[in-house]
Amino acid sequence: MMSQFKVLSLPLLASHSLGKVCAGLLAAGLLCAGTPALADKKNDTLRMAYDQAPESVDPYFNNVRIGVIIAANVWDTLLYRDPLTNEYKGQLAKSWKQIDEKTLEFDLREGVKFHNGEDFDADSVVYTLSFVSDPKNKAVTQQNVSWIDKVEKLGKYKVRVVSKKPFPGAKEYLSTTVAIHPAKYYKEVGPSGMNAKPVGTGPYKVVEYIPGKSITLEKNTNYFKDSPKAQPTIGKVQIRFIPDRQTQMAEVISGGADFIMHVPQDQAEQLKSMPSVQVVSGNTMRIVFMQMNIMDGTPAPELKDVRVRKAIAHAIDRKAIIKNIVGQGAELLNTMCTPSQTGCTEEGATVYNYDPALSKKLLAEAGYPNGFSIDIVAYRERQQTEAIINYLQAVGIKPKLSYLQYAAMRDMIRANKAGLTHQTWASNLVNDISASTPVYFGFGNDDITRDPEVRDLLDKGDHTIDLTPRKEYYKKALNLIAAKAYAVPLWSLPVYYVAQKDVVFKPYPDELVRFWDMSWTK
Amino acid sequence: MFVYVLKRLGLAILVSCTVSILAFLLLHLSGDPAVALAGEGARQADIDMIRKVYGLDRPLPVQYADWLWKLLHGDFGKSVYFKTDVGPLIMDKLGTTLLLGMYALGVALLISVPLGVLAALYKNSWIDRLALAVAVLGQALPNFFFALLLIMLFSITWRILPVSGSDSWQNFVMPSIALGYYAAPAFMRLIRAGMIEVLSADYIRTARAKGLPASTVIFKHALRNAIVPVVALAAVQLGFLLGGSVVIETIFALNGIGYLAYQSITFKDFPVMQVIVLLLSGIYVLLTLASDIANAWLDPRIRVA
Repeated sequence: MMSQFKVLSLPLLASHSLGKVCAGLLAAGLLCAGTPALADKKNDTLRMAYDQAPESVDPYFNNVRIGVIIAANVWDTLLYRDPLTNEYKGQLAKSWKQIDEKTLEFDLREGVKFHNGEDFDADSVVYTLSFVSDPKNKAVTQQNVSWIDKVEKLGKYKVRVVSKKPFPGAKEYLSTTVAIHPAKYYKEVGPSGMNAKPVGTGPYKVVEYIPGKSITLEKNTNYFKDSPKAQPTIGKVQIRFIPDRQTQMAEVISGGADFIMHVPQDQAEQLKSMPSVQVVSGNTMRIVFMQMNIMDGTPAPELKDVRVRKAIAHAIDRKAIIKNIVGQGAELLNTMCTPSQTGCTEEGATVYNYDPALSKKLLAEAGYPNGFSIDIVAYRERQQTEAIINYLQAVGIKPKLSYLQYAAMRDMIRANKAGLTHQTWASNLVNDISASTPVYFGFGNDDITRDPEVRDLLDKGDHTIDLTPRKEYYKKALNLIAAKAYAVPLWSLPVYYVAQKDVVFKPYPDELVRFWDMSWTK
Repeated sequence: MFVYVLKRLGLAILVSCTVSILAFLLLHLSGDPAVALAGEGARQADIDMIRKVYGLDRPLPVQYADWLWKLLHGDFGKSVYFKTDVGPLIMDKLGTTLLLGMYALGVALLISVPLGVLAALYKNSWIDRLALAVAVLGQALPNFFFALLLIMLFSITWRILPVSGSDSWQNFVMPSIALGYYAAPAFMRLIRAGMIEVLSADYIRTARAKGLPASTVIFKHALRNAIVPVVALAAVQLGFLLGGSVVIETIFALNGIGYLAYQSITFKDFPVMQVIVLLLSGIYVLLTLASDIANAWLDPRIRVA
């Protein structure tokens, strides 16, 4: 029994005030630190520490961030999306064309080899996509592949990918998450074999993998020259799974690790004083917002009044929270989508500036001059939730916080038991609005406003291939959501990376760590 | 004696069953496992599929009975996260945890024996108070906090030990100290009390009267007798240390059962979690049982209790 209680208290560490003290102590320890730490530059090995171990290394059988990072470095996709220009380029495909609303045709690159020597050709594409899109094979990342209807081989280096419905997001998936496996090897060993001994075409190959402990990658010296990904320069990358953030920080401070990410803002700020490390922050695709339950049977019927919803939006000083709590790299949002996503726009959307007087006036008009009590559910970024609660209290609203595990919070929302929600969404890194707004406004389980007009506009957008009318549908939907204040868009979350000074790297909004793009200082 | 052993054994089995039921219930009450397994991006259809595939749509008692039945037939189930059999997954890591438990026990004894002896020899003096303070500090400091203090000193300031990992003996130094220090006070109090009692015994006076050197009297005659109850406590404490390793292994990223437990909780990997809880509680129960029986063997008065 003893172990049970210990375990339950551990996840509190991150937000626990004692945890904070520990972080402070570690930072204080820096001051007496002796020689500056050096990265493992002399062994040409980049040592990264990450908190979660992937369940499987096969990209289709895990849904954690580090899995996506490993996948991007070990495997390639048909297309490649330039992270800076968002422009599509050919990767394993030389060129592509849209045949009809549902069909994309690809001319494949010749002469590309997998890490085990197997040749890449149409069979690799056909087998991989057919296998993972078959629900029988239970791919974990269903949303990445369930849109695929069939894949046809037209020649040794020509394939067609057909979607079930007109699907404008196809290229997005084919350029980010839909990795290509070697057909012969995958047929032989399956997902479990692929996990035990991963084989791809990417700039890095897996040389050692100890599940739950570490994975070691080595530069693929035969990486095909025409890839839009750069040729790798760092010789080896070792990723160790260290669950505790303070331990990760200590590893970087003491020179035991070269690179960590997702460092909490306050701790990253403290690390900035260390001479041997660099702290870099960047924007991410994860958006933070408050959803309001106005369905029948909502525990907070006050929210049904649009004036109350607007009052809530006007009550929160988003700029101040971004500056003081969220951190550098965060972006203020006025619509319910990630700004970099195709179709996401703020044009014409109602903006709710911080105006507590107006907020109070709106509440009085709605019949709540003294405010009201309301439950708010949240699952991460607790400091932000608490700041929001303070602002709401200032206009008379009395929020009661239920801080829950993600699964528990989602259960509550779906059971119509949550009033105000403080949520975040990263769109599974798909840079298309179809991966964000419709999740919360398309009448799915997470839609707790349910406006049919919004749904219809989003649905039209989701199934229109021509970009101009498509964008127009989304814009109308976003403006409607903003005008009716169905939700309060807050900000995008920044991510903090801490690395030794002799590591050269750039952060990207998709939070993908591109080892092929990293190098040592000269 | 036989009846006593039988009674204890029955009690041990009951405790194990209760623990397994509690663990099972706790895991299912803290949010829907299917939602957690499906992850943030999952749609309802995916969640429903997962619920069906893992049999989570059945009533809880049925799920529990099914799990217990398979367990009794040697089928520990499959990890829903790592997708491998739970048995080998745990066996691979058991060694690291047992090693840590032993080292920690060693550290605990290394701290508590000298402190206990000193405290007894200088009863009620400042030395006794100091020993008490050192021991109480060990109990009062949360071990994760103490662990971070150790990291700060040994890894950051002095740079003599690696922060985390489980590849070499150096990786075990800080975890063993952090874990062992926490267990030391109980031993220390027991040794102190035992020593005080023994030191006032007639045969110690006799030994002293014979003109034996003080060290021989203390270590050969007194300590050997005072340490007997410590052996029984050590068995129980070892079980406790194995349980406490969840926090310590997680902080130091030691690839043992505690770390696995943390991971399985994070990912709602309930088949792994259930077996770990059962295993750790089983070890604890067994060690307690062994110490009960050993005590009863040594002291017949206990058997009637």
